[in-house]
Amino acid sequence: MRSSWQGRDIISIRDFSREEIEMVLQAAGRAHPDPDALRGQVMASLFFEPSTRTQLSFASAMERLGGKVIGFSSGKTTSQAKGETLQDTIRMAEGYADLIVIRHPLEGSARLAADTASVPVINAGDGTHQHPTQTLLDLYAIKQFQGHLDNLKIGLVGDLKYGRTVHSLATALTRFHGIELRLISPASLPMPPAVLRELGGLVDYREQEALDLSGLDVVYVTRIQKERFPDVEEYEKVKGAYVIDRAACRALGPEAIILHPLPRVGEIAREVDSLPQAKYFQQAQGGIPVRMALLQLLLKGELA
Amino acid sequence: MSQELKVSRIRQGTVIDHIRPGMALTVLRILGIGAAVSHSVVVAMNVPSGALAHKDIVKVENQVLDEETLKKIAIIAPHATVNIIEDFEITAKHHISLPRALRGIIKCPNRNCISNQDHERVSSFFICEREEPIEFRCHYCEALVQAEQAELYA
Repeated sequence: MRSSWQGRDIISIRDFSREEIEMVLQAAGRAHPDPDALRGQVMASLFFEPSTRTQLSFASAMERLGGKVIGFSSGKTTSQAKGETLQDTIRMAEGYADLIVIRHPLEGSARLAADTASVPVINAGDGTHQHPTQTLLDLYAIKQFQGHLDNLKIGLVGDLKYGRTVHSLATALTRFHGIELRLISPASLPMPPAVLRELGGLVDYREQEALDLSGLDVVYVTRIQKERFPDVEEYEKVKGAYVIDRAACRALGPEAIILHPLPRVGEIAREVDSLPQAKYFQQAQGGIPVRMALLQLLLKGELA
Repeated sequence: MSQELKVSRIRQGTVIDHIRPGMALTVLRILGIGAAVSHSVVVAMNVPSGALAHKDIVKVENQVLDEETLKKIAIIAPHATVNIIEDFEITAKHHISLPRALRGIIKCPNRNCISNQDHERVSSFFICEREEPIEFRCHYCEALVQAEQAELYA
């Protein structure tokens, strides 16, 4: 455990085997606040684009373990605005911190940061590419509420074309057995062929437009993100395509769960919040134990 | 043999043989050969071949290929052979092999990739993902690119 995790980077869910995913989730289940666990350690939080939720979640996890946080939350105020290269910013930051968390609008930026830095780097979102700690907390929520990650019927609903979280989640699910995926999206926002090819032979999947949730164990809903669309008109056509309301939820069994990476706009009606299947707020809380576990694994190789 | 195909021989230079049919023009592009050519270039396309059903051949006089150029050719014509010719005779024969990794050769098709930002000064870096058909994956943004469609840096 110590040798394989200490100093490692967390860049893409593709780097994770089933065993490694299970180890992180198991560690997250045991993670608890401990002011001595990472005392004296400093985390650099480099947010070149704002993401309040992710930034606060990482900071909270570090503070609960007794560590300190430095950093910034907008590329506009940093040396990036003065034309510094990402690699130079990373070389500076690695001198100030024991671990770097990076959020950046360009795809591949986190991998470049990891190649450059001698301290561990965690990708907190690189453009439309990857956000692996989100995927780990999604899996943590599924495990927490369903008890297992094999033999599940999972529906992915919404923008499957630009949605980073659904791509990573689908990739992660190929590590498990007996997964049936129902890919529910507007015809103009299907799962990209490259992701479907990864699923081939490993996960049973079906693509459809109809919002039919019957028989699902997990419903994973995503926001149709205006900022990812190259064309405003294309966005206007599909923005209200799916609304999960109480009527749609009648197709769900009592053990089913509804997840959402948040923030939601209108795709889950507020009337759903009080249903027993609504787990998206608890899902978000899982971000703290998952990140506490990762910080300790990367900085110490094990949990205190 | 009466059926034998006549393709002009060259005195000295390089013959790239067993190129997949249709790829000869791409090979010329990689070699930097355009309209304003100062030495002999012989191109044969879709000619009968024993090993493959058909093949393309490119013969270039007075040009010896460097490592970088061979790598580029290997991406689009991995079964090609490269013969070095001196005084009409083959003096060396190389089978080129598909490189596992390519730095600064394929341009990432993802415009938003960190390797496509001039001011970041990062060379593209691709890893071979599969061989049939040949496909590379960007080390940075993990975009996939098929070798035949790959845009190559000049």
